[in-house]
Amino acid sequence: MTTFPLIAVLLPFVAAAAGLLLSRARRPSRRTASIGQAGEPDDRGAHRRAAWFAVLPTAASAVLAIALAWAPGFAYLADAAPGRPVGHTYGTIVTGGIPISLTLQADDLSAVLGVLVTLVALAVQVYSVGYLHDDPRYPSYSAFVSLFTSAMLLVVYAGDLLVLYVGWEIMGLCSYLLIGHWWEERANSRAAVKAFLVTRLGDVGFLFGLFTLGVAAGSFRVSDVLSRVPEMSTATLVTATMLLLAGVAGKSAQVPLHTWLPDAMAGPTPISALIHAATMVAAGIFIVARLFPAFLAARPTLDVLAVMAALGMLGAALAALAQDDLKRVLAYSTISQLAYMAGGLAAGSAKAAIFHLLTHGAFKALLFLCAGVVIHHIGSNLMSRMGGLRRSLPVTFAAMTVGFAALMGLPPASGFFSKDAVLAAMDGALAGGGLTDAAALLLYGCALATVAVTGAYATRAWLRTFFGESRAVVALPEPEPGTAHVIDVREGPPTMLVPVALLAVPALLLGFAGSVHVDLGVAAVGVALAVLGAGVVYAVWRSAPLADPARLLGPLRVPCERAFYVDTVYAAVFARPVLAMARLVVRTDDVVVDGAVRGSGQAARGLSGLLRLAQNGNVQLYVSGLLAGLLLIAVGAVMFT
Amino acid sequence: MMGWLPVTLLAVPLFGALLLLVAPAALRPALPLYGQAVSGLALVLAVVMVAAFDYGRTATPQYTVDLPWIPGLGLRFHLGVDGISLPLVALTALLTFLCFAYLGWGRGRGPGRLMRTRPRALVFTLLVLEVGMVGTFLALDLLLFFVFFEIVLIPMYFLIAVWGGKGRRGAATKFILYTLLGSVVMLVGLLFIWSQTDTLDIVALARAHGAGMSRGAQIVAFATVGLGLAVKTPMWPLHTWLPDAHTEAPTAGSVLLAGVLLKMGTYGFARIAIPVLPEGAVAAAPWLGALAVVGIVYGALACLAQRDLKRMIAYSSVGHMGFVLLGFATLTTVGVNGALFANVAHGLITGLLFFLAGSIKDRYGTADMPSLGGGMLATLPHLGAVLTFASIASLGLPGLAGFWGEMLALLGAFRPGDGLPRGLFLTYMVIGGLGAVLTAAYFLVMLSRVTHGRPSRPRPVLVGAGATAGAPGGPGESTALAAEAQAGDADALMGGQGGLTGNPGGPEGAFGGPVGGLGGPEGAFGGPAGGPDVPVGAWDVPEGGSGGAAGGSGGLEGRPGGLEGPGGEVGALGGGRGRPAVTGGFGGDEAGAGGGPPRDIRPYELVAWVPLIVLILLFGLWPGLLLSLTTPAVQTLLGALS
Repeated sequence: MTTFPLIAVLLPFVAAAAGLLLSRARRPSRRTASIGQAGEPDDRGAHRRAAWFAVLPTAASAVLAIALAWAPGFAYLADAAPGRPVGHTYGTIVTGGIPISLTLQADDLSAVLGVLVTLVALAVQVYSVGYLHDDPRYPSYSAFVSLFTSAMLLVVYAGDLLVLYVGWEIMGLCSYLLIGHWWEERANSRAAVKAFLVTRLGDVGFLFGLFTLGVAAGSFRVSDVLSRVPEMSTATLVTATMLLLAGVAGKSAQVPLHTWLPDAMAGPTPISALIHAATMVAAGIFIVARLFPAFLAARPTLDVLAVMAALGMLGAALAALAQDDLKRVLAYSTISQLAYMAGGLAAGSAKAAIFHLLTHGAFKALLFLCAGVVIHHIGSNLMSRMGGLRRSLPVTFAAMTVGFAALMGLPPASGFFSKDAVLAAMDGALAGGGLTDAAALLLYGCALATVAVTGAYATRAWLRTFFGESRAVVALPEPEPGTAHVIDVREGPPTMLVPVALLAVPALLLGFAGSVHVDLGVAAVGVALAVLGAGVVYAVWRSAPLADPARLLGPLRVPCERAFYVDTVYAAVFARPVLAMARLVVRTDDVVVDGAVRGSGQAARGLSGLLRLAQNGNVQLYVSGLLAGLLLIAVGAVMFT
Repeated sequence: MMGWLPVTLLAVPLFGALLLLVAPAALRPALPLYGQAVSGLALVLAVVMVAAFDYGRTATPQYTVDLPWIPGLGLRFHLGVDGISLPLVALTALLTFLCFAYLGWGRGRGPGRLMRTRPRALVFTLLVLEVGMVGTFLALDLLLFFVFFEIVLIPMYFLIAVWGGKGRRGAATKFILYTLLGSVVMLVGLLFIWSQTDTLDIVALARAHGAGMSRGAQIVAFATVGLGLAVKTPMWPLHTWLPDAHTEAPTAGSVLLAGVLLKMGTYGFARIAIPVLPEGAVAAAPWLGALAVVGIVYGALACLAQRDLKRMIAYSSVGHMGFVLLGFATLTTVGVNGALFANVAHGLITGLLFFLAGSIKDRYGTADMPSLGGGMLATLPHLGAVLTFASIASLGLPGLAGFWGEMLALLGAFRPGDGLPRGLFLTYMVIGGLGAVLTAAYFLVMLSRVTHGRPSRPRPVLVGAGATAGAPGGPGESTALAAEAQAGDADALMGGQGGLTGNPGGPEGAFGGPVGGLGGPEGAFGGPAGGPDVPVGAWDVPEGGSGGAAGGSGGLEGRPGGLEGPGGEVGALGGGRGRPAVTGGFGGDEAGAGGGPPRDIRPYELVAWVPLIVLILLFGLWPGLLLSLTTPAVQTLLGALS
C-alpha cells in the first residue's frame, strides 16, 4: 500500500513515454500523413496502440487511487479524525542547504483528490479515443494527457514542496502543449503561449513563497512546514502565503491572472474538461487546502483571497452570461466556480471548498464532455449555430441537464450540497471568523449575486443549445482547427457517450457522499436566487426564442462579452511595453554596449594610424627625429646641469 | 594513484592531432572515422575517470599528477580532478565526441559536415581544442590553468574564421581580441596572487582560503581575475563578442563554445576566484550579483526581439550565465551548487540547441526566423519536436536539467552568505525570477514562430535537394550546379580560394557531382553523377567567393545554372530563396533518384542528440546525481564562508 502513490504517479508517466516513443515507431513515413489528410491504415494501428497506452495505465492508476482513498473511507469528507499518511520517502537530494526529500504519500486530502484526478482522466482518455479518432496527432495528444495525469498525481501525492512544484510546472507544460494541439492556427498557438506565461508569472511568486515557508521551517517537507507554522512570525507567514497566492491565482485562473483560461478553450474539448475545468485549475485550491494552517494564521492573506474571489466570481459569471461560444461560457463559469472555492477557503472552510472542488470536477467535466459532443455534432462552438438539439442528441441532453442543474446548485444534484456548504461557510465568516467584516460582507454578497447570475447563464446556455428552432444548417465544409473535425448526424460514438453517462452519475449523486448537513436557511436562499436568475432568462427567452437572452444585460453586454477589457488593459500595460523594451535592448546592445567595443577597436586603429605616420620608412625622417631628440637631450643637459 | 588518467586524457587528442600532421595522406580517406575514434577514446577515458572516481571524497583532487615543469619559476605540471571539475571534464569529452559524430557519422558529407571543407584541418583544430578545454578543467596550477585557458582561443579562432558564416572574419577577430584582452587582465591578477603568496598551487591556495593576502590585495586580485573570467563567461556588459561568434561559428564551434568554453569562465570562479580570494569575493559579490541579474533580464529581452535563431540562442546564454553568476555571488553552498549545476545543464541544453539551430540552418539555408516561416512541426515533425524539447528544457522546466540550477541559485539568493546584504539579494532574486518568466516568453514565442502555424509551402525541400532538382534540365550545367549548391558556404570558400589562385572552379563541380551521387543515402544529395562542366564551374568561382560566404549559398551559386538551362532554372529557383519552393520539389520528383523529399532527423543527428536528450532528462529527474558530487567540494571551497 505504501508504494501505491509512487506507482500511481509512475504508470501514466511510463505510458506517456511509451506513447511518445513507440506508438509511431512502425509508421513508415510521417510526411505522407500531412495535415488534414489522415486515416490511413498506419494511422489506425498507431492510434489503437496509443489508445491502449493511454487508457490502461490511467485505469490502473485509478484503481490504486481508489484503493488509497477506500482504506481510510474517504475520511476527508466524512468528519473523521485525520489519519496517518500512507506513503514512503524514496531518498533525499542534497542541495547544500535544505534538502529535498522525495516523498510520495497519500493523506486524507490527497487520497480524495487522487480519485477525482484519475477518474476524470480516465473518462477523458476514453472519450478522446472517439473525439480525436481521425486526428493524425492523436498519439502525442494522448501521451501528453498521460503526462499531465502523472504530473497532477505528483502534485497531489507529493510530500515535499519542491517535488510538488515539479509536478505543478509540468502540468503547466502539458496545458501549453495541449492548448496548442491544433497549432496550425496561429490563434491557438498564441493562446497556449499566453496560458503558459501567465501561469508561469504566478509560479515565480509561488516558488518564492515555497522558499519563504521552507527556509522558515528549515525543511521543504509538507508535514514539517505545517508543524512549524505556530513558531513562524506573522510577517513571514503573510509574505509566504501572499506569494503562494500568486501561484494560486495563476493556476486556478483567479483575478488578476485569470485571462488565460477563456483563451485556453482553443484546445480540444476533452482537454478543457480535464485540465481547464476539473483538475489542473483546481490545483491552486488544493494547495491552499494543503497548507491551510499557514493560511489560517495569516489573516491579511485571507482578506486578499476573499476580495479576489468576490471580484472573480461575479465578474466571471457576468462574462459567462454574454458569451456566444459555448466553451467560453463554460470557461468563465469555471473561473466563477473556482472563485467560489477560493471564497470558501477565505471563509475558513477548506472542507467546503474541497467538497465543491470535487463536485465541480465531476459536473464541469461532464458539461465540457457534453459540449464536446454538441460541438462534434454541429461543427461549431457558437451557440448562435445551435438550438433544438434535444431531439437529435437525447443522451447528451439528459446528461447536460444534470450538469447544468448541478452548476446552478439545484437539489438533488451534487452542486446543491457543495454550494450550500460554501455559502454556509461564508455566512459563518460574516458572523465572525478569520475575515474582516468588510471582506466577509463583500464575499457573501458577491456569492449570493453570483448564484443568481449562475442560474441565468446556465439557463441561457441550456435553452440556446437544446431548445428552440434547429439552426444547424449543414456546417462548414472544412471546420477550423479548434472545432471538431467531422460533422456527425447522429449521437456521438460510444467511446464518447459512455464517459458522459458515467460522469453524470457522480455529477448527480456525489452530493450525498459527504456528510450531508444542509443549512436550510442558506440553501433556501441559494435555490431561490438561482431559480430567480433562471426564471428571468426563461421569460426573456420565451418572448423571443431566436434572440439571445444576453440582451437583458443592456449596455453592460459588450463589456461583459469582452470580460471587462482586462485583456486589452494587460496588453497595453504589460505585453507591449515589454516588447518595446526588448527592441530598446537590442538597439542599446548594438549601439551602446557593442558600440563601445567597436569604438575601442576603432580608437586603437586611429591611434595606431597616428603612430604609423612616424613609421613611414622614410630614413630622412628617422634621422631628423634622431637628431632632434639628440638636440633636445643636449639642450636639456646643458640647461639643467 | 591513477595519475596516468588525466595525462592520457590530454595526450590522446594531442597525439591524435599530431598524427594528422605526420601522416596526412594515410588518414585522409578515414578522417570522419579517425576523429570519432580519437575523441571516442578520450570519451572512454573520461568515462573511466567517472567510474573509478572515489565518490566518498569528492572534495579532494583525485588522479593527481604533480611534476616539476619549469623549476626555475616554480611552475609545476599539476593535474587533478575533484567533484567540481569531474562533470565538466566528462561534459567536454562528451560534447567533443558528439561534435565529431555529428560531423562525421556515416560518410561525413553534406551541408555543414566534416568532409565539406578542409576536413583534415577541421579534425586537427577540434582535437587541439579538446586538449585545451580538458586541460583547463584538469589544471591545478595557476599558470598551467592560464596556459590551457589560452590554448583554447586559437583553435576556436580558426574554427570561426575558416568554417564560419559570412561575417566570420569580424566575429573571429572580435572573439580573439576581446577574450585575449580579458585573459591578459586575468594573467595580471594571477601573477599578483603569485607575488602575494609565493605559490601557484591552486590546491594549497584554496586550502589557505586567502591567508597571507590582505583584504585590499584580495579585492584587487578578485577584480582582475574576475574581469578576465567574466569576459569568457560572459557577464553583462562584456558579452558582445558572444552573439557574433555564435552566429558565425559553424555548428560544432557553436556547440563547443556554448557547451564548454563559457564554462571555463565560470569554472574559474569556482576553482580560483572564490576559494583563493574569499574576502575579495565577499566584497565583490554584490556587484557580481547585480551584473548577473542585469544579464538575466537583458539577455532575455534581447532574445525577445531577435530575428536570427542562432543569435537568439547566443543571447539566451547570456541570461543563463547570469543565473550561474548569481549563484556564485550568493557565496552559499546552495547557490554555488546551483551555479555548478546550471553550468553543466546549460552545456547540455544549449549544446543541443545549437546542434538544432545548425541543422535548421543546413536545411533551410537560413536561421532567420521570419524566413523559416513556421509550421516546422508539420514539415519536419521530429526536428520540431526535439526543438520544442530543448527549448522547454532551456526555459527551466522542472523535471528537466535546466530547472535545478536556476532554482538553487535563486534559493541561494533568498538567504545569501554571511556578510552580504540580504535585502539587495532578495531584490536580485525577484529580478532573476522575472527574468525566468521572460526566458519562457522568448522561447515560447520562438517556438510559436518556427514550429507552429501552417507551413508557408506545401512541402519543404532541402536546399541541396532543390538544387539537385535542376539535374534533368541540362546534365552538364546542373551537375556542376548541384555540386556547387551542395557545397554550401564551406565549399564556396574553397571556390573563392580557387579564384584567387587561378584554379578554375570546374574541377570543383566535377568533383562534387559524383560525391553528390554517392551521398544519396544521406538524403541531401542525389544529383546524378555528371561530367565536368568547366564554363559553369568557372562562372561559379567568383560567385563562390562572395556569395557562398553569404549563407544562402545554394541559391547564389545556382543562379548561373539558371541562365544555362530550364532545368537549372528550377533548381536555381529552388535554391535561390535559400529554401526551395514547390517547383524545386516537383523537379526532385521528376528526377526520381534525385533530391527526394526532406529528411527529418538524420542518423548522424540522432547519434549526436540522443545522449544529450538522455542526460537532460536524467539530471532533470535525478538532480542528486550531480548535486551529491558537488556539495562536499563546494563546502570545502567556500571554507569559512559557508
